[in-house]
Amino acid sequence: MRLVLDREQRAFADSLEALLTGADTPSVVREWSRGEHGSGRALWVRLAAAGVFALAAPEEYDGVGVRPVELAVAFMALGRHAVPGPLVETVTAAVLLPTPDLVKRLVSGEDMATVAYDSPYALDGDAADLRLVLTPDGLHRATGHGPVRPSLDPARRLTALAPDELLTATPPIEQALLLARLTTAAQALGVGLALLDRTVCYVKQRTQFGAPIGVFQAVKHQLADAKIALEFAGPLVYAAALTLDPADVAAAKVTACEAAYATARTALQLHGAIGYTAEYDLSLWLTKARALRTAWGSPEQCRDTVLSGDRRW
Amino acid sequence: MDLAFTPEEVAFREEARAWLLAHVPAAPLPSLETAEGFAAHRAWEAELATERWSAVDWPTEYGGRDAGLVRWLLFEEEYYAAGAPGRVNQNGISLLAPTLFDHGTQEQRTRVLPPMARGEVVWAQAWSEPEAGSDLASLRSKAVRTDGGWLLSGQKTWSSRAAFADRAFGLFRSDPDAPKPHQGLTYLMFDLRAPGVTVRPIARLDGKPAFAELFLDEVFVPDADVIGEPGQGWRIAMAATGNERGLTLRSPGRYLAAANRLHALWREQGSPGGTKARVADALIGARAYQLFTWTAASRFLDGESLGPESSLNKVFWSEYDIALTETALDLLGAEGESADTDWSERYVFALAGPLYAGTNEIQRDIIAERLLGLPKGRR
Repeated sequence: MRLVLDREQRAFADSLEALLTGADTPSVVREWSRGEHGSGRALWVRLAAAGVFALAAPEEYDGVGVRPVELAVAFMALGRHAVPGPLVETVTAAVLLPTPDLVKRLVSGEDMATVAYDSPYALDGDAADLRLVLTPDGLHRATGHGPVRPSLDPARRLTALAPDELLTATPPIEQALLLARLTTAAQALGVGLALLDRTVCYVKQRTQFGAPIGVFQAVKHQLADAKIALEFAGPLVYAAALTLDPADVAAAKVTACEAAYATARTALQLHGAIGYTAEYDLSLWLTKARALRTAWGSPEQCRDTVLSGDRRW
Repeated sequence: MDLAFTPEEVAFREEARAWLLAHVPAAPLPSLETAEGFAAHRAWEAELATERWSAVDWPTEYGGRDAGLVRWLLFEEEYYAAGAPGRVNQNGISLLAPTLFDHGTQEQRTRVLPPMARGEVVWAQAWSEPEAGSDLASLRSKAVRTDGGWLLSGQKTWSSRAAFADRAFGLFRSDPDAPKPHQGLTYLMFDLRAPGVTVRPIARLDGKPAFAELFLDEVFVPDADVIGEPGQGWRIAMAATGNERGLTLRSPGRYLAAANRLHALWREQGSPGGTKARVADALIGARAYQLFTWTAASRFLDGESLGPESSLNKVFWSEYDIALTETALDLLGAEGESADTDWSERYVFALAGPLYAGTNEIQRDIIAERLLGLPKGRR
């Protein structure tokens, strides 16, 4: 039993962190929100080169095999930097697709994919090169997409898809959905950690009543609660990656998303009105925390999964 | 990164499971907060000790199995899953013993630990005073030098288990002229039946004499019962509170077992929708606490010290415990009001969690200042 990252995993996390810190992601997010995908696609290709999408594909499709722990590491970094685009969906598509040529284009970063499942909308259908729809009959391609609908998170652009050509009647749905839920949980945890970091910095600088507001217990205790929630979510995410047990994955999803969402509420409260503005970068994480909460499994669906089945805890 | 246990660890777990299955009392023991229950729990400690299950992580020479941290955690899971009784000697085993391993003398370990493991000597904690709770460094009880030892005088309060325990350990002011309040304190062990000691039990919320106040009037303690150097008591005691809040006081096993019992109760009651989310969160919280502890154990085994991170545990388990037991009482409906169920006993015990071992307000200050780097303020 060794529930900490090994040296290679830490090195991978550090290299992604360095890449994303230098990438000015806030301006990438703002362009993406306006439907301008150029800087987002450029960043996407760099993420692919760093190996992010190869972590979801078999070796014969140019991947490295499905590596859930490394995917969790990567998606925490992507959430921490609010990277926009159908990230979870591209990983999910790489698992679902039976065709090597399509998967290879996802692994290399040439193509983005989106997937509609159990929802009227797919994420970023306007940006995706490959649009997929999962129905009870199997995996379908969609040729076009419906009008773009805004999300509460301006960086998430919602589009309706209509199933068309059947690609396979027997896609590995369960495995794909588990990975979608796991990577969403990891991404949410990264969002929560970024919100906490930014708020801690802010309350050290912002003064009121002649002192930084971080000196006041009412402020400290809210941040301590956010820290506790996020710290306890982390091991759930890693354990879910190790077991891929549905109850573990559901537990990780609901806990990471609720921790991130609660941290978003705290971050907004402690920033005051500046945090309520779209122009201040905090908003990029605030709205994402809300959107990820219901993506790929609502809190209620996740709790139902925990309560049912043959959980072994 | 992995969640797999070694064949030796798995074998240890199975050995513990088999022993517990054969030995755990079929009916729950009476509450250990009563004289009758205390005696029954003492006898259970003695039975555990016959095959060295009472302190599995201790070296074998003191009655343990030299099991190490991971096997101790596995033992605790099996212990609570088997429905075994609460541990009457928790204060001694989780607080005093680690302190003696780190700061005691060989003579002290040899003299104190084996009878502790057998339940022959049950220990109470004598930290708080009427005007020194969360601000422990302001304590006033004093230790005055005398021939061959010290004379203790003053008043201690809220001493857990002291109504029925044999001995106690605590901090005393040995140098009233020290420049700072946390300097000039000495860590001592003393006999609760020594001349000069008066024990006055205090009834907790449900009326059971769970804890006590201690009045000390020139109680003699020999030099052999000083832990570490005189004047160094604060440093030594703080190492012990790290243990208390951290890994050893609250192993995840009890919460996993309790959450699984809550889940079973919920199903027996027809899976009512109104409590569904709380039952799910109890299961998830137990799993989260188990995995958080495994993470901490992994880092500890890598040689990292845990330090202020134990404050994260303390707030988590104390609030989790209340949420879990409240949910059970709500599920029981009218039966939940009855004071003599196992769940009501747990609930009353859980209510104290955010108060002791350093209040949760103090823990949140520690998290904010020492883990998040926020500026220090007045408490």
